[in-house]
Amino acid sequence: MGGAARAEGPANPARDEAFRRELEGLIPHLRAFARTLAGDPTSADDLAQDAMMKAWDARASFEMGTNMKAWTFMILRNQFYSEKRRSWRQSQLDQEAAERTLVAIDDPASPVALDELRLGLQMLPLEQREALILVGAGGFAYEEAAEICGCAVGTVKSRVSRARRALQGILTSGDYRRDGAAAGEAMGKILAHAERLSNQR
Amino acid sequence: MIDQKPRKKPSRSAALDEARLRQQAIGVKLRQMFDAVVNEPVPDDFIEILRRADEQRSEKS
Repeated sequence: MGGAARAEGPANPARDEAFRRELEGLIPHLRAFARTLAGDPTSADDLAQDAMMKAWDARASFEMGTNMKAWTFMILRNQFYSEKRRSWRQSQLDQEAAERTLVAIDDPASPVALDELRLGLQMLPLEQREALILVGAGGFAYEEAAEICGCAVGTVKSRVSRARRALQGILTSGDYRRDGAAAGEAMGKILAHAERLSNQR
Repeated sequence: MIDQKPRKKPSRSAALDEARLRQQAIGVKLRQMFDAVVNEPVPDDFIEILRRADEQRSEKS
């Protein structure tokens, strides 16, 4: 097995055990972050699992007691972008994933507003979406989010505020109806709106 | 439909308040959406894969 070599060095079972337990506790958060990046739940879980194992393999380089959540989120994000770079058809896949997400939203118990938010998020540029999620939902400070995204704090701040404004625009005029209106039609409306927004910039 | 009654323009501060309230609502929903996934039960294979990796490690040492 290729990746096993890194686990060598001074064996420290107690440290590994502590590491594994903390990593296990972070799985729900990794899944949630992956879901916002990857869109559809299946590829999101694949992404979260890959990130989890990357973190495990790199455990020797992690300093216990520092912020493991931020560290694993950074790994997950890097994983996501390197997979994205490999995929030539990504824009098409994004579109398919967005449509699948739309079709999958068919649970009458789930509040409409959440569905709209989910769709609105998918319309945001990726860099804005991840910044907004990290700060607005993940509980990270701007400084931590900047570290995770590998950019300046000011950049994160401006991405978050642009994301908020764009989302508000999408949601305020988001008058699509999920009853009756065909999924494709609703999607078209949202896409057209997102296009208008980006043309205004 | 055209609203026939002339409406008073909302004052600037009222408009700001409304924008702030909207942002708050979006923030709350954003956290709800994220937390909904956080609170889902973790699929078994996650834990299994991790434990298996941990066992392989201890067999080696």
